[in-house]
Amino acid sequence: MEEYTFLRQLADSWALLAMFAFFMGIVIWALRPGSNEIHRETADIPFRYEDKPAANEEAGR
Amino acid sequence: MLNYIKLIVLGLIVIFSMLAINFARDLAYMIHAIIVLAVSAGMFLWVLRQTDEPVRPVPQNEYMDDVVRYGVIATAFWGVVGFLVGTFIAFQLAFPALNFDWAQGYMNFGRLRPLHTSAVIFAFGGNALIATSFYVVQRTSAARLWGGNAAWFVFWGYQLVIVLAATGYLLGSTHAKEYAEPEWYVDLWLTIVWLVYLAVFVGTIVKRKEPHIYVANWFFLSFIITVAMLHVFNNLAIPVSIWGSKSVQVFSGVQDAMVQWWYGHNAVGFFLTAGFLGMMYYFIPKQAERPVFSYKLSIIHFWALIFIYIWAGPHHLHYTALPDWASTLGMVFSVVLWMPSWGGMINGLMTLSGAWDKLRTDPVIRMMVISVGFYGMSTFEGPMMSIRAVNSLSHYTDWTIGHVHSGALGWNGMITFGALYYLVPKLWNRERLYSLSLVSWHFWLATIGIVFYAASMWVTGIMEGLMWREVDANGFLVNSFADTVAAKFPMYVVRGLGGVMFLAGAIIMCYNLWMTARRAPAVQADTAAAHATPAE
Repeated sequence: MEEYTFLRQLADSWALLAMFAFFMGIVIWALRPGSNEIHRETADIPFRYEDKPAANEEAGR
Repeated sequence: MLNYIKLIVLGLIVIFSMLAINFARDLAYMIHAIIVLAVSAGMFLWVLRQTDEPVRPVPQNEYMDDVVRYGVIATAFWGVVGFLVGTFIAFQLAFPALNFDWAQGYMNFGRLRPLHTSAVIFAFGGNALIATSFYVVQRTSAARLWGGNAAWFVFWGYQLVIVLAATGYLLGSTHAKEYAEPEWYVDLWLTIVWLVYLAVFVGTIVKRKEPHIYVANWFFLSFIITVAMLHVFNNLAIPVSIWGSKSVQVFSGVQDAMVQWWYGHNAVGFFLTAGFLGMMYYFIPKQAERPVFSYKLSIIHFWALIFIYIWAGPHHLHYTALPDWASTLGMVFSVVLWMPSWGGMINGLMTLSGAWDKLRTDPVIRMMVISVGFYGMSTFEGPMMSIRAVNSLSHYTDWTIGHVHSGALGWNGMITFGALYYLVPKLWNRERLYSLSLVSWHFWLATIGIVFYAASMWVTGIMEGLMWREVDANGFLVNSFADTVAAKFPMYVVRGLGGVMFLAGAIIMCYNLWMTARRAPAVQADTAAAHATPAE
């Protein structure tokens, strides 16, 4: 019964709340003000280096 | 220096597999030892001939696309094999005479069924995932694959897993866990291959030149990590002998069942959903030539899917020895899962907003859109079937098989076909596909085939569910099991015909892709040069 006890304790403890809080944190973080620019830029990634990797001097972009 | 180490290791494997052939306790193990001997001896000779030869420098300013090309070919090949076996076993169910007497014990339904499921999920789907993830992670990281030839090791190592698994099923080497049938030594080998895959993927992300990790890579990464975890826990088994294929599970009873369906459902969730969503988030924007509808939604989609999917497994074990709270948990999370699934579907579909006219002109994007449509449909059907009351009707019936196939053929199959149609002209440096009308033929054959399949399975599934529970005025069951089997015959024939159509579409695709690589006009040198300059 150790597995059962372990799972039960995990469910009864703060772990569930911690996971939920983490998830809500991500949602708030994704919707934070000022993220629009970053997200637009990130969504454009597939259209940049289609044929060749970035050259080394561009590394610090 | 590295080659000498390789030679020593390969030599040891050769000797070990010779011993294994000699001491083998069962036929499957012996055949596998012969396969391993042939592969390792061949590798030994190959490495030996390369040793102390001048090494060709690796061009760091190019993407590593050879392995992706091989992956595309393997995907198409294993796809046709898997669909062929599936169509054959569909007719075996309709016409039992196809379980030939001369092939009893090798090619009867029970042996071929895991061959079909593994061929389509792991050989077709797995190769598609490996090939597209290698393609996508390079483009979205603006970096060549990390680890040099490790990517080749992943590709060929994975093919070896497929061959060992497939031959093992026919010869009866299985530890009887659905979708995880291969025995212990194949499991160990797959673990090694998978960890190298993880290393190549993470290595490429680490050396990326883009500041952000594109969302497709998040999905691919979660697929690789979770499958590693699922595979290891579900296959915890102790071999009876190192010279035989039999092993004994560490878990037993209801724990084993729970681990199996935690694995089984998350194989669907992370292999067939997260990985393929990675494809969706790259290939649909590329084919539509517009960025994904909402990047914020894609982030929330990802984390919601990750957090919720992992709990849904117990819905496979309603009305069993599993505690009620666990199966309720699985049911509730399955229903909650509807939200992220449809969030992802909306994100994929809405990527086309402003470009809907492409649906008329571009059969490839039509294929991708219908795959997302099937994703939405089967992720609606799944949560509904996980509800206990519905499950009491649907469980053990053909409805489940219909559900799986609308997801697997519709979502996984169609998005993979779309990706292959996108990839082949790019990888073979062609201007366009050989024939768009053949793509349309493939599209309609596959779509109508899936409709035949899903519709006939709904009818037969609900019918047999109702027949099983039908009681007369005195409380006695009305139908014997054989009555339900007889009643299902017409639907089984229709299902087989749906399979034939789907298979025919896939063969048309192979012809089209082959002719694209051989005949379609090459990209002009000057446009190629224009392509090669970075966009900035």
